[in-house]
This record gives sequence, structure tokens and C-alpha cells, in this order.
Amino acid sequence: MSLLGKLTLDAIPYHEPIIMVTLAIVGIAGVAVALAITKFKKWGVLWRDWITSVDHKRLGVMYIILAMIMLIRGFSDAIMMRTQLAMATSGAEGYLPPEHYDQIFTAHGVIMIMFMAMPFMIGLMNIALPLQIGARDVAFPFLNNLSFWLAAGGAILINLSLGLGEFAKTGWLAYPPLSETSFSPGVGVDYYIWALQISGIGTLLTGVNFLVTVFKMRAPGMKLMQMPIFTWTCTWANILIVASFPILTAVLGLLTLDRYLDFHFFTNEAGGNAMMYINLFWAWGHPEVYILILPAFGIFSEVISTFTGKRLFGYNSMVWASGAISILGFIVWLHHFFTMGASANVNAFFGVMTMIIAVPTGVKLFNWLFTMYRGRLRLAVPVLWTLGFMVTFTIGGMTGVLLAVPGADYVLHNSLFLIAHFHNTIIGGAVFGYLAGFAYWFPKAMGFHLNERLGKAAFWCWQIGFYVAFMPLYVLGFLGMTRRLNHTNNPDWNIWLYIACIGAFIIMIGIVLQFIQLYLAFRDREQNRDLTGDPWNGHTLEWSTASPPQFYNFAELPDVHDIDAFTDMKEKGIAYSRPHRYEPIHMPRNTAAGVLIAAAITAFGFAAVWHIGWLALAGLVGSVAFLIQRAYDNDVDYYVQPDEIAQVESQHINKVEEATA
Amino acid sequence: MSTLTRAEFLADEAHRQVEGQEHEHHHDTGENTIFGFWIYLMTDCLLFASVFATYAVLYMNTAGGVSGKDIFDLKYVGVETAALLFSSITYGFAMISAYRQNRPATMSWLLVTFALGAIFIGMEINEFHHLILEGNGPNRSAFLSSFFALVGMHGLHVTAGLIWMVVMMLEVLKRGLGQQTVTRLNCLSLFWHFLDIVWVCVFTVVYLMGVAS
Repeated sequence: MSLLGKLTLDAIPYHEPIIMVTLAIVGIAGVAVALAITKFKKWGVLWRDWITSVDHKRLGVMYIILAMIMLIRGFSDAIMMRTQLAMATSGAEGYLPPEHYDQIFTAHGVIMIMFMAMPFMIGLMNIALPLQIGARDVAFPFLNNLSFWLAAGGAILINLSLGLGEFAKTGWLAYPPLSETSFSPGVGVDYYIWALQISGIGTLLTGVNFLVTVFKMRAPGMKLMQMPIFTWTCTWANILIVASFPILTAVLGLLTLDRYLDFHFFTNEAGGNAMMYINLFWAWGHPEVYILILPAFGIFSEVISTFTGKRLFGYNSMVWASGAISILGFIVWLHHFFTMGASANVNAFFGVMTMIIAVPTGVKLFNWLFTMYRGRLRLAVPVLWTLGFMVTFTIGGMTGVLLAVPGADYVLHNSLFLIAHFHNTIIGGAVFGYLAGFAYWFPKAMGFHLNERLGKAAFWCWQIGFYVAFMPLYVLGFLGMTRRLNHTNNPDWNIWLYIACIGAFIIMIGIVLQFIQLYLAFRDREQNRDLTGDPWNGHTLEWSTASPPQFYNFAELPDVHDIDAFTDMKEKGIAYSRPHRYEPIHMPRNTAAGVLIAAAITAFGFAAVWHIGWLALAGLVGSVAFLIQRAYDNDVDYYVQPDEIAQVESQHINKVEEATA
Repeated sequence: MSTLTRAEFLADEAHRQVEGQEHEHHHDTGENTIFGFWIYLMTDCLLFASVFATYAVLYMNTAGGVSGKDIFDLKYVGVETAALLFSSITYGFAMISAYRQNRPATMSWLLVTFALGAIFIGMEINEFHHLILEGNGPNRSAFLSSFFALVGMHGLHVTAGLIWMVVMMLEVLKRGLGQQTVTRLNCLSLFWHFLDIVWVCVFTVVYLMGVAS
């Protein structure tokens, strides 16, 4: 075996013009960004203030940047698939050969779930949650930085697979025996395993971190049942993370043993059982979709309550409905494979449990409706996303209830009806929620407003594009078209495939408008500053800070007496008060340990993909060594002195007074 | 006893902080660390649960090869188990000594614990080695795959615990028994006892039930 293991120059796909052009564009863009950073002498700032930062607000921004970059990648895959399917009708071959197409649909699924949706959700949680509970940071700031870099490491691995070797051709679930060495001898599945494993560990650490934060670091006086609703839904999501991600770790580990050491867990030979993988995978995978959707529900609740200027209707029922969804989410996994052939009773149990989830979800929808009832709803961008969600998600939920009937599922299993259903819930639920949260908290995180007109235009493109792209897939499912087809030969399907392709392009316009909106917001930021820190007349504590918040969040920890703690303070006239004196604030120092440990682990993952022994060892030993070094670093914290706090605070309060005078 | 001594320790610690002997680093984070570590342990517990479930599904799939009854030697595993269970007790003594700020006793008990853990791991490696030599390695059948994975994963955890213990002994040697060090010893303690409990399950489900069936 050579020094580079299985890695040779043949791993670069020269013969694939599409990939080579993509790589060239990415390469040129990368060099351009690097040159720009060098020209404006920003490398130092980037390293000191961002890469090594342990500030949850900055990590949140970095998570969302990661999510947006991966959205471009994942959406490129989507539009390639839709154009391929629109071209490859009536027996035509299209422009994507099957072995490339298979990688694209696998990458699309993995990227959109694990590297777009998860970082977006965790990013919003990072920005808002500690502020909402009146905390100065998360419980373990260094671990938070490490979590981010593990997520980024996984993303780097998955992108490397584009230019070095290949990605899995198995679908995003990597079902065995197809994902076993005998049927997938290349490095694709190995990239899949290590990208998911590494980012999954990051997610697990995030779950632990935020649970401790919520249970131990709430502001004085804040009871559990006074936490803002977004914090609550994130807490349920974090409970799901710590309860389900270990199963993913385990099942990927077992597949790793099968592939690397010739074990027989899921193989066809020697007594292996592929269904064991599929059960374990979905025992993680189904809770995972609730991990994605619950925080989005929280965002909608915050948005509706803020923009109607009312208290959220049914706060308690909202908290417990989220809890019920979390628990039920754990006992429905089998509905992903009713066709496994379990007994009728087993299928009936899982079918009924699945349908029951519609009840707490319905409770939530009625709560949102009743919150709006007799309110004065301001139709700002976050509200548009919320209204779009309420309609779209309800449709997606109902098609889900239909699929939960085992008899119907036998007909629709793995058809495009299923594809339409889960895009209906994930785009119409989770993604709309994150985009609502993005518009809602953007001024808080960045200190200036987004462009409202473009925001609305982007929403309408997404909303209309969604229906044009995915409603035809329901029809195609009923017409018998299965998922993952590379080309078709059924004239009845053609028209629906063309319509779906048009829909994907409308969504693309929406995404482009969103990036233009970001560009304009940055260009015109001086005119659009958020001076008060409270642009929407908010209810919760994050709006009591400046925009962007002071690096220590709260000069004095707020004393909380109400669910809508900031509204309560405003009503009592004690918001923006100037205390006589400030106490020193204990703060964590930035550290390079997180990025170094994650880099070592990523190197290990890369080495494992290509069987490079020495690099794998170096990565493993390096990560442990960096961790031990961090454990014995004494210089991990410092105190912000009262003079500095007083200066920062009076600057903020002066601005508020100027703006409101 | 140990909770009482822990309470005494914390009271002592607060007293020393007031007197300014302990510098102010890492104040109030010990409790969060232990709570966080508890949650981490629960995730680890689920990791084991997944592999246990896999073992339960696959243990009859011997593919014409050996089953548990043919390869398990209860006496051998009994000694192995005793070593690990005793190491939990000795770690408990190490913690009591740590709360009492008795550095030499803490070190000695950690050494004893380390030795017992090393015996356990040595015996496990020996068992694996023999099985593989006899042609009963993990590649032979799904039963053996899941046996090696479950027992091996526990063994890897114990090995990680041993490495951590070495690091902690160096820390106690160099830094004494400050609050941060005791918090870390406490985390390792939780980890070590947790692995003991997991082993009780492994011993029951894999070895005892394997020989009985």
C-alpha cells in the first residue's frame, strides 16, 4: 500500500465535464475570497474574532453561513435532478449518466438534512436561545466552538468527495446490502460514513451543551414554564438529539465495521440482517425530522405572537404539545418501511401512533390561529413565511396521515408521492421556519435590517415555486412513478415532470433574490441600522439587548417574572434602566483548540476514507493531544471591568433614547 | 458516605475561596460540568443500548459456526468481572480520599484502580486473541460480529478510561486536589461506575444467558 493509501490521481474525475467546471468555479471563487481577505488584511480578524470565537452569537452566524453555502450545493443538486428528469423523458437519456445521477440524489439528501437544515437550526438556536433565557453564554462555550468545527469538518469531507473520488450512490439512507463493500466497493459510502459520523458527534455535543444551558443558566426568577417558546421547542429538540444521535453513531459504527473489518451485521452472508440497519437508522431518522421541525414551530410561535402584539395563545399547551410530539416521534420509526413485512398488528400500532402525532400538531396550529384572532397582524417578511407555512405544512401533514395507513403505504411506498410528502413538510415546515427566523433575528444578530421588498419577493418565489415543483410529484406518485429514476419512458408522466422542473426554477429565483437581499442589506447597512435593539417591539429578552448584542449579552442578569419577560419590563418601565454600578463579568477567552481538534478529526476521517494509515493515526493522536492540552490551559477566562461595561451600556441606552425621542 | 463527604468538601472549598487561597478560575462551573457529563453518559448508554439490541437480534445467527455455549468460559470471565467490579470500589476509595484532600491516598487508590482495569483489559484481549486463533473471529458469523462489537466497544471505553486515569494521576501529582481536579475526578468516577454497570449487563446478557441457552 502506498503512502497515500487508495488515493491516486485517478481519483480526480477528469472525464466528467460537469464536475470539472464546478470545481473550476469553486476554485476561482475560493481564490477570489482568499485574495480579498488578504487585500483587506482580514486574516487576523477572521482568526481572532471568528474562527477561534467561543461567543454563541458569532458561532450562530457561522453556522448560518455554513448552511447557506451548503444550500447552494444542495440546491444545485436539486436543479440538476429536475432538469435531468425533464430532459430524459420518453426514452431519452438526458445529460446525467446513472452513476453520476445516483451520487447527486444521495448528496442532495445528505447535504440538505445534515449540512443545510441542521446547521441553520443550530445557528438560530445559538443566536437566540442564550439571549432568550438571559444567560451570558452557553454552559460550555469551548465545546460550542468545537461542535461548529466538527459540523464544518463533516461538510468539508462531503465536498471533497466531489473532486476526489466519488460520493455514495446509495440514496441518503445508505441501506445495506447496497452500501456494503461487495456492492459499493468505492470510497463513496466511506465519505458518507465519516462525514455523518463527524458532524453527528458535533450535533450530539451541541445537544448536551444546550440542555445544561437551559437547565442551569436561566436568568434569576425564570421558571421552566416561563421560558420563551422558542427556547422550549429547542429544548425538546435537544432532548431528541441526545436521545437519538447515539443510535446514528452506533449504526454508522456497525456499518464501518462491516466495510473495514469484514464484520457481518448487515451483509447477505454469514447471518447478517440488513433490516437491523434500517430499523436502527430510522430509530434515529424519525426523531431527526422532529429535531428539525420543533425549533421551526418555536420560531413561528415567536413571530406570530410578536407581530400580532399579543401574548401567545395557549403557552402551556404549546409546550406540552411539543413534548408529546417528541415522545411520539420515537415510536413511529417503522412507518418508513411498512413493506418490511412485519405482522399486521405491528404495522397497525406504528400506523396509529403516526396518525396520533397529527393531534398535538393540530393543537399548535389552532394556537397560532387563536393568537392571530383579533390581533393586528403586521405583514412583515417573517409573518409571510409563517402564513405560508401554516397552509403548506397542513397539506404536507395530511398527506403524511394518508401515508400512515399501512394499506395505502403499500401502494405509495418509495413513490414520488412520498418525495412530495416529505418535501412538503421539510420545506414547508422546517425551511420556511428557518427563513422566518432568519428574517426575524437578522437585525438582532447583525445590527441592521434586511431589504423588505426583496424579502417579500423571495418569499413569493419560494411559495409559488414550491407548489409548482412538488404538487406534480403527488400526481406522479399516484401515476406509479418511483423515486430515484434516472430516466423515464412513460408519456403520461412527461407533462408533470416539465411542470416540476419549472417549479424548481421558480424556487431558484427565490434563492437568488435572497442572496441579492443579503447583498443589498450589507451595502446599505449604514442607512438601515437597528438602533434600539428592539425593531419589532419584541416580547422576550433578546430584544432588550443592543443589536448586535453586547459581547457579554447582559450587563446585569435580568430578573424575570413573566413568560414575555421584556414586555413585562417595558410595561413596568424598568427596561433600559441604568444601574448605579456594574459588577465585573466573567468571560471565556477565545481558543484555537476547537478548530485544531476538529481539523485533526477531519484529517482522520479523510485518512479513513482513503485508507491512509499514518494520517489516520496522526489525526487520532493529534485530536486527543489537543484535547489534553486544552484541559491544562490555565488562561481560559478573564473579567470585563465595570468601567468598560458602563461605557458600552450607556452608549446603547443613549442610542435607544435618541431613537425613541 | 461519599455524598456526605462531597458536601463537606464543597463547604470546605467555599471556605477556602473566601479566604482567597483558591484563585477564582472556573468558579461555579463544577456543577454544570457534572450535570453535562451525566447527560453525556446517558447518550453513551443509548449507544450501548443500540449495540445490545443488535446483539439480541443477531445472536442466534451463527451461520453454522459456534454459539455462545461453545466458546464462553464462565470461570475466566468471572475473574475478569471481579477485577472490574473491585476497581469500582477502589475508585470509590480514591474519591473519598480526594474529598478529604489526601493526595497520597488518592494516588494509591487510583493506581490500584488502574491496575485492576488493566487486568480486565488484558484478559479481554487474551480472550479475543484465542477466539480469533481458533477461527472464531468476528468475520465468522453475525453472532460473533455482534459479540466482538458489543464486548469490544465496552473494552474500548475501559481503555479510554484508563488513558484518562493516567492523565488524572499526572494532574493530581502536579496540581494537587483543587476544585477543578476533583470535578474531573468526579466525572471519571461517573464514567468508571457507568462502565461497571454496562459490564454487569454484558456479563448477564452475553455470557450467563449465552451459556444457559
